[in-house]
Amino acid sequence: MQAFDPNALRGDQSSVRFEPGPTEDKLILSMGPQHPSTHGVLRIMLELDGEYILRAEPILGYIHRMHEWMAEQKTYMQFMPNMGRVDYLHAMAWNWAYAGAVERLAGIEVPERADHIRVAVTELNRISSHLLWWGAYLLDLGAFTPIMYAFDDRERILDILQDVTGSRLTYSYFTFGGVYGDVPETFAARCLEFTKYLRTRLPMYKDLVTDNVILRGRCEGIGDLPVDIARRYGATGPVLRGSGIATDTRKAEPYGGYDRYEFRIPVYTECDAMARYMVRLDELETSCDIIDQAVASLPEGPFQAKVGKTLKPPKGEACFAVEGARGKILVTVRSDGGPKPYRVKLRAPGFSNMSLFCELARGTLLADAVSILGSLDLVIPEIDR
Amino acid sequence: MNADILSLSYPLTRLVLWLVLIFAFIGLNALILVWVERKVAGYVQLRPGPLHVGPIGLLQPLVDAIKLMAKQLVTPAAGDKVLFWAAPLLAFAPVTVCFLPLPFDARFNPLPMNLGLVLILSFSGLGVVSLCLAGWGSNNKWSLLGAARAVSQAVAYEVPLLLAVMAVAITAGSLDLYAITAKQGGWPWQWYGVKNPLAFFIFLVCAVAETNRAPFDLPEAESELTAGFHTEYSGMGFGLFFLAEYANMIIVSGVAAALFLGGWQGPFLPGVWWFLVKIYCILFFIIWLRWTFPRVRFDQLLNISWKWLTPLALLDFALAVVVAGLGG
Repeated sequence: MQAFDPNALRGDQSSVRFEPGPTEDKLILSMGPQHPSTHGVLRIMLELDGEYILRAEPILGYIHRMHEWMAEQKTYMQFMPNMGRVDYLHAMAWNWAYAGAVERLAGIEVPERADHIRVAVTELNRISSHLLWWGAYLLDLGAFTPIMYAFDDRERILDILQDVTGSRLTYSYFTFGGVYGDVPETFAARCLEFTKYLRTRLPMYKDLVTDNVILRGRCEGIGDLPVDIARRYGATGPVLRGSGIATDTRKAEPYGGYDRYEFRIPVYTECDAMARYMVRLDELETSCDIIDQAVASLPEGPFQAKVGKTLKPPKGEACFAVEGARGKILVTVRSDGGPKPYRVKLRAPGFSNMSLFCELARGTLLADAVSILGSLDLVIPEIDR
Repeated sequence: MNADILSLSYPLTRLVLWLVLIFAFIGLNALILVWVERKVAGYVQLRPGPLHVGPIGLLQPLVDAIKLMAKQLVTPAAGDKVLFWAAPLLAFAPVTVCFLPLPFDARFNPLPMNLGLVLILSFSGLGVVSLCLAGWGSNNKWSLLGAARAVSQAVAYEVPLLLAVMAVAITAGSLDLYAITAKQGGWPWQWYGVKNPLAFFIFLVCAVAETNRAPFDLPEAESELTAGFHTEYSGMGFGLFFLAEYANMIIVSGVAAALFLGGWQGPFLPGVWWFLVKIYCILFFIIWLRWTFPRVRFDQLLNISWKWLTPLALLDFALAVVVAGLGG
């Protein structure tokens, strides 16, 4: 029999740096990168006392793909498909952020029809992202069924978007000056049908899941995120709105004609996981409202501005902010006048939101840490880029 | 002497024979139960469940069982080999004994004894030792956390469970499941579950917790502890835990049916069928719970037991004693 080498369990550079060696009453636990609740290849080093978390440290880099470097190697248009793969759950928002930045840099005017289409598909995509989050979060909390209902609804969105874009997950539908192709004739009717359908489903989700006493026990008062910490870490999106700050890029710096539509920004002041949960569920309705208005007023006209085959924006720098499902997406593009970007900087909301985890998890139980992690709605490829 | 051993009246022969039959019964019922669980889960989740292997997927559990048996058994390098493999056996072995005193029918009596209830409670208490050994023997931090959870959960839920059972035993004046069943009638208003609904409720909640089923499946909470105490088990090691879980479910449902739902008694059907129908109704309820509710947190789980169920069970027990005293 082979003798067991105790050093084999000493860990890798991350865990060794985290703690020189375990002390008697503390446990160093590596949660991930293959843990079911980190939803991707996020790894979290935990120092536990019993089941209480003393310290948490996220470790990144397992899915780093050098998107920003890739941007410098490709022409402006060639980089567009990468944007669908940064945050694969809300690919449209990243499409829009990059397209918007380049349009701003090159001074391209987007036709009105394209703006309406962009709003509709982005909001549809936001709904599908939130539905998936909802199902996965409930899965984290041990409820197996909601994700099936969420996927059933989400499937309808994917069908609509497939007819529009040709793909079901990693869209690269936007081009500079509009969208890649016009929407089918039935698009508006199908969108309206879907929003009507989703509105009939939401009360059921509220009765079955949101009002469930176990869910409330698992979410209320968990992961308390005070406003000052949220601000210090640069939290955005539903995480910030769950802490009582009514900020939304769609309202604060309207782009793509969002100022044309009437919609409410859901805000909750409880600062806990339940508040973030409620913000996202309310955003489903908000997105439905926006989609209804966008497709109802869909104007005739071109869906694309005329842009030359090789785009060479003038020397300069432009940035464009978009409200993604997870928060504020900011893409900064710098041009040196050539056919390729000189530099592209992607600001992912998930990165800031994830950094909050160390603050939120301290002193909580392991089960709460899973709940908190889920309530931050992390998409790891977006964090790693 | 030799002729004696071969005759059915010899206790040891009888015991061995019944144990063999029980193994067959557990195996068959576990297969059916897995199929029922997956089908119910499927319909709860808007999908058809197992469909392709055999008619309406009936052979799926059998195929899964063959797959589990064919898989390689992996022992963790740093684990304690003896404890690691003792755990699944220890999980499964006591369960078989628990079937002996179950009253399937008035005439169907595997092992006549007047302490059947005590036998079941004591042997089902052994299950937690196996979880503890599995967690420790795996030398895996997730398993260890799962084992620690299993122990405190078992300690917390045995207390109200015993109190609820004792309340019924005092009312019936016996610890023999046959006698307790016989005291009830075939109609719902004659059942102890209707006469003493609080004890029935406490028993059901504790039964779900004792069998480590959702929403109380904390020792194996997959979203928190990957798979808890059985993280490191593969093949039939996991299969035995799985089998033990389903066998445990059948036992608690059987005990509940005997104690609270009048056991084998009922109109028209023969006794065994009534007993099985009642067992499967309770099983369906447990399965339904699992696929509907999120998991509770560990401290909430202990709070439910110590702050609510135990005092309520004590109250119920006291009431049962007073009523029995007045009646007698």
